[in-house]
Amino acid sequence: MLTISLILLPIIAGLITLTTKGENTKKVAAAFAFAELALGLFIYGSFVPDATTQFATSFDWIHSAGIKFSVGIDGISLILVCLTTLMVPFIILSTYGNDYKNAPTFYALILFMQAALIGVFTARDIFLFYFFFEAALIPVYFIAAIWGGENRIKVTFKFFVYTIFGSLFMLLALVYLYLQTPGIAHKSDFASIYEAAKMLDITQQSYIFGAFFIAFAIKMPLFPFHTWQPDTYVEAPTAGTMLLSGIMLKMGTYGLIRFVLPIVPAAVDKYGMIAVILSVIGIVYGSIIAIQQKDMKRLIAYSSFAHVGLMSAGIFSGNIDGIQGALIQMLAHGINVVGLFFIVEIIQQRTNSRELARLGGITQTTPNLTVYFIILMLGSVALPLTNGFVGEFLLLKGVYAYNAWVGAIAGLTIILGAVYMLRMVQKSMFGITSKITEGFTDLTFSEKAVLFPLSFMVIALGLAPNMFLKLTEPAVIQLLSIIK
Amino acid sequence: MQIPDIIRQIPLNYYIWFSTALFCIGIIGVLTRRNAIIIFMSVELMLNSVNLLLAAFSSYKSDPSGQIFVFFIMAVAAAEVAVGLAIIVMIYRNIQTIDVGLLNKLKW
Amino acid sequence: MSLITLIPLLPLLGFLINGIGFRHVPKSLAGIISTGAALASFACVLSLFFGFDGKPQIVSVFDWITVGKLNISMSFLIDQLSLLMLLIITGVGSLIHIYSIGYMSHDEGFGKFFAFLNLFLFFMLLLVMGSNYVVMFIGWEGVGLCSYLLIGFWNKNNNYGNAARKAFIMNRIGDLGFLLGIFLIITHFGSVEYADVLERVTDGGYASGDKTLFYITILLFVGAMGKSAQIPLYTWLPDAMAGPTPVSALIHAATMVTAGIYMIIRSNFMYSLAPDTLHIVAWVGTATAILAASIGLFQNDIKKVLAYSTVSQLGYMFMGLGVMAYSSSFFHVMTHAFFKALLFLGAGSVIHAMSDEQDIRKMGGLRKALPITFITFLIATIAISGIPPFAGFFSKDEILAHVFEHDKVMWGFAVFGSMMTSFYMFRLLFLTFFGEFRGTHEQEHHLHESPITMTAPLMILAVLSAAGGFFNLPHIFGGHASLAEFMAPLFAHSNVEHAAVDESLEKTLMIVSVIAALVSAGLAYVIYVGKKTIPVADEQVSGFQKVVYNKYYIDELYDKVFVKPITALSNFFSSVFEFLVIDLIVEGIGKLVKALSAEARLLQNGTTGYYIFAMVLSIAIIIIYSLKSFILG
Repeated sequence: MLTISLILLPIIAGLITLTTKGENTKKVAAAFAFAELALGLFIYGSFVPDATTQFATSFDWIHSAGIKFSVGIDGISLILVCLTTLMVPFIILSTYGNDYKNAPTFYALILFMQAALIGVFTARDIFLFYFFFEAALIPVYFIAAIWGGENRIKVTFKFFVYTIFGSLFMLLALVYLYLQTPGIAHKSDFASIYEAAKMLDITQQSYIFGAFFIAFAIKMPLFPFHTWQPDTYVEAPTAGTMLLSGIMLKMGTYGLIRFVLPIVPAAVDKYGMIAVILSVIGIVYGSIIAIQQKDMKRLIAYSSFAHVGLMSAGIFSGNIDGIQGALIQMLAHGINVVGLFFIVEIIQQRTNSRELARLGGITQTTPNLTVYFIILMLGSVALPLTNGFVGEFLLLKGVYAYNAWVGAIAGLTIILGAVYMLRMVQKSMFGITSKITEGFTDLTFSEKAVLFPLSFMVIALGLAPNMFLKLTEPAVIQLLSIIK
Repeated sequence: MQIPDIIRQIPLNYYIWFSTALFCIGIIGVLTRRNAIIIFMSVELMLNSVNLLLAAFSSYKSDPSGQIFVFFIMAVAAAEVAVGLAIIVMIYRNIQTIDVGLLNKLKW
Repeated sequence: MSLITLIPLLPLLGFLINGIGFRHVPKSLAGIISTGAALASFACVLSLFFGFDGKPQIVSVFDWITVGKLNISMSFLIDQLSLLMLLIITGVGSLIHIYSIGYMSHDEGFGKFFAFLNLFLFFMLLLVMGSNYVVMFIGWEGVGLCSYLLIGFWNKNNNYGNAARKAFIMNRIGDLGFLLGIFLIITHFGSVEYADVLERVTDGGYASGDKTLFYITILLFVGAMGKSAQIPLYTWLPDAMAGPTPVSALIHAATMVTAGIYMIIRSNFMYSLAPDTLHIVAWVGTATAILAASIGLFQNDIKKVLAYSTVSQLGYMFMGLGVMAYSSSFFHVMTHAFFKALLFLGAGSVIHAMSDEQDIRKMGGLRKALPITFITFLIATIAISGIPPFAGFFSKDEILAHVFEHDKVMWGFAVFGSMMTSFYMFRLLFLTFFGEFRGTHEQEHHLHESPITMTAPLMILAVLSAAGGFFNLPHIFGGHASLAEFMAPLFAHSNVEHAAVDESLEKTLMIVSVIAALVSAGLAYVIYVGKKTIPVADEQVSGFQKVVYNKYYIDELYDKVFVKPITALSNFFSSVFEFLVIDLIVEGIGKLVKALSAEARLLQNGTTGYYIFAMVLSIAIIIIYSLKSFILG
């Protein structure tokens, strides 16, 4: 029941938010998001670190087709549930400085989005998974299309069509797998699908691999399926960008772990190298592009693209380091990127600009902002004792174990990452104040209320990654045993 | 069951050929004529060719369901005529003609 | 909590208090808290040192990262090497903290500065105390961060910011090598603990020249190149002088930059089995020593001269490592920490007195105004030039003796380098402290000896620079080489052949190098005191001197070869490739669908007859298709 309430609570919260007016809207939305967080923390606390699916609930949905409404949480889901419940309250808090038109709708959409995301990460039935996977697209589409920047219509349309296009391939693969299950009625729960997948020969696996790969590669995105991403991130309102980059792109990496690895291991073995190489190209390509970006949001968008490349390379390397690293990095990247986008938002609110060339010298009046910015930046460049390091260390180790040369090239991320992140910090924070950064005021209380917890998590997770690694390890080991 | 001799005097094949001929005349009428009323009549002709065939088979097989079909079709055709003629009248009132060739507004 | 964990924790605490309380903690208190933390750490180290019984001690604090069979624990190792490094770091570190109280007293970022210094100490202590390579890597990157923060301390100045970024990024290049080395170690030995790796290597029966060990050692050495500023990754160090002078003394002279040497000594059991790597290490060291020394000859910025001198001295240390003279190299690390910290602090004192002037062409005759600074600077100069009986002489000669044994040509280069060292150091000394004052009237009026908080550390370091050599007095002078003896257990598995240079040869070598040093010191005297030559203004430098003065245009070369192409590539990717190739395909598919639909919609021409004809035709086709067996028979 706990998992169901985790999905239902944001939906109810969203509906209630729709009925509120004025200042109350933000408060109600935030209160519910924190209640959800409490629920998430409770689940984290009572999760038993083994490979089973816990807090599971299942009842018939479409009986005649053997489709069930089946949800539950295992180690891999847990980390993403934690990410979602952790990030949404801060994403909502981060909007306190803005007044949106139709605010109730805006916050309700965020909460619906959360419900759909939790649904994706906890679904234990492929059709339920697909349902939530697509459902998550709708709120974020509206958030971007209604409250976005100038170019929003064209950009969000491209984003929507592109991702739907990918998802259809996934649907094909899912239906095919479903038809492979025994019986006239078939079954669509994960266990049956995994069981049925064992019978697939290499040709079948290759097709399914291709279908899944396109879907998830677009979602994450991987090179060369990424062109929707920077534009969408730039055009979407910052809260939408945070949802997209902080949580939604993890749907892709989660899908890789949940479906591609256990269902088509032979195809991964055969074509994994191509996927890893594409991922690594993405890392280097994204990082190099980020070096010269003028717009802070776009810069972070490309950095996010580069980071997700490393995650996918780690997953495709198919060893425990790579997958554990990817899991911990999903959490870490979520935290860092939400924090960084928020800082961009703060700068934009006060100066009306995100252009690096016009900024500078902000640090002189804002010691607090500087400290948080630097902590988040360090997390992003993977300095040891920050969350990013644990993830990147394990990921690189995983990729290195897969292939030393590819690992070495993927390792360029630690150099290039430093290049673009330091450039961004220097151009925006240091140097002499420009016309628009004069009199830049330091953080308000609500801004601190977002940045402090995020920065705290950056360091806490860097100091004690075992608090998550221990929980996910049994599930990952079980996953690897399926592959072998 | 025995089929009455009076019916058997005309072989079933004749009915088939005849219906086919009627049906083809109907089709050609629909395809070639541009007057809506004539097209309408051609459609009726096609329907009736089917009715004839149904009735014939029904008798030869001594199965009444074919004739029940015929009644259904006649009822539906009557309703169709009612609606169809009303539409045609409306068209005439609007464009003073019932030439379907001129009714090509609904395109790309 | 044991004393051992307290050592890094105290500076961390100092950092947190000063960092969180920045602008709330009063200035007077901030300095005391930080210095107190450093001194308390030093006290802990001293008590550990005197209680040390020769057995390595490992303290595990907590399990940090556990994945599969690999467990990386946050644990500390106290053995001969880490103890000595700890002594240098906390000892010299404390002195520099004290010095900074005076030096930074007028700076508005006083509290921040001390917070960063403490943070640096914390990471540096982690670096040398870690009992495995990953903890070393934490410290390794952490000191890089502090170096970044402190070089860019005066962040209003964009050039300083650029220097800071350059330092961080060049270090990161090295760090990647280090990281890959760690991966290779994990792959082959399944652990990152020094003790385990040592065990696997000794039990594994690795022959000298083993490929695996070669790769591991060379990758680790890439890390060392970055951190210890060796060719080709040395250009960040001179730029790092943008930071406040105490930082240059602590981070960019005495401690952080010697991390590479520490790492190689720590891994000596692998290096000793990789003669090819050692060969590379030795020659890279030699090349760096010569190149940096030659650049130092014509620099006019007091700190730049010292910076190139640091690079060059680090080169000597690597030279020593390359010929497996580990303890000699370490000896040089130690003495270098003393005299180079002293030189930088002295330079700081000069800069302080000169109101932030760093150009030696505008100094001169300062020995009257700054007597303590002058005398201590003189001692350090003699020490670095390798003139007995000061510290530098002993340590450098030990390295030279080993190098001579190993390779005579390299020895020749080394002596040549030490001649240059002596020349540029005395040139610096003479131009700064001798002759007439060449600055403005205002500066002259302002000239003053530094306060006691600054001169006290100078004096202590001067004593150490003068007498530091006696820690490891060689046998020929009746000493016991006590440092080498103390460190001997570290090299138990490396088959270090103790230099069996016969005494007369050793003496000859010493005499040669001393004479060389004295000759160039004399030459400097003749040129800069006798003839009162003043280096010409920047524009008038010409010929070969210009090339050297511009550091052989290496920075420009890097800019052309790496920075520019990557920038261009970035611009190309983001404005051309992204839109004209990738997005064109994506949008192209969309456009194709659109174009097809434009054609296909023409089928909907609105003519009823046409639709009906299509319908009839289709039905006919379907009927024919379904009856095809009937029709065709």
